[in-house]
Amino acid sequence: MFATLSSLDNRLLDEFQRDFPLEPEPYRFMAERLGISESEVLERLCVLHKEGLISRIGVVLRPRRVGVSTLAAMRVPAERLDDVAAIISSFPEVNHNYEREHAFNLWFVLTARDAARMETIIAEMEKYTGIQVCRMPMEEEFHIDLGFRMHGE
Amino acid sequence: MLNDDDQRVIAAVQCGFPLVSRPFQELGQTIGWDEERLLERLRDLRDQGIIKRVGVVVHHHELGFAANAMVVWDIPDETVRQIGERIRSFDFVSLCYLRQRCLPDWPYNLYCMIHGRERDETQERADRLTAECGLAHYPRAVLFSRRRFKQCGAKYFSC
Repeated sequence: MFATLSSLDNRLLDEFQRDFPLEPEPYRFMAERLGISESEVLERLCVLHKEGLISRIGVVLRPRRVGVSTLAAMRVPAERLDDVAAIISSFPEVNHNYEREHAFNLWFVLTARDAARMETIIAEMEKYTGIQVCRMPMEEEFHIDLGFRMHGE
Repeated sequence: MLNDDDQRVIAAVQCGFPLVSRPFQELGQTIGWDEERLLERLRDLRDQGIIKRVGVVVHHHELGFAANAMVVWDIPDETVRQIGERIRSFDFVSLCYLRQRCLPDWPYNLYCMIHGRERDETQERADRLTAECGLAHYPRAVLFSRRRFKQCGAKYFSC
């Protein structure tokens, strides 16, 4: 299922992970740098998004500055994983809900306006699923996410 | 701490910029702001470091980095910060965090996201990191990613 990318796609993915212009017409700026039209940029980004290669064009926030958040994990019996994952995903405060290979097999990030709201959400999750939610809030970030190099090491 | 305006701006842009000629005009409309006001606020949040980057956010899995793993260690509190600083220099690590343990079930406190094209490559990178940072004698676990159920809340992508 891995896509074969054109050199244009590679440049779109590689050269604009940082410093996306915060200007009224950002895609025009990208187009000028790539030597193509703005509509071509928009069309390729749309295709790359539809194919799932791009999550979004947007911002990456520094954790913990916005509301309260935590990483959380649950030990879900394999036969219930799809159902429990769907319940967890249905909370708008949930992001990055993943299955991982471990007894703790469901992992997600929970962000809430404040600590009280977070308690409420976790209590609801535990009530609906009957499974304990373990929390692993961040204490410190060591690695600054500056984007991801597609080529070379 | 963020004020109410900042919260609104972040809520508006959190799931991405629309693919239209004037994305900030369109996003601004959702919160009743004009384009220039929204852009100014975004630039300010970026300059303050609250927004750490602006741009294309890729899905590693679909790009061929299929074998992503979260690697965790249980490191004594007094040495973990020093080790975290070393780990950040490895280019196959995209994130490295110190987190609270969830005892008694989850003793690990140091987290890394490691990306590789194949499982063996990712495992080998985790081993290399463990060896070169002198972590072999600490408990660890490697949690490969399987399915992604959800990445971002309400998707905002009109195209």
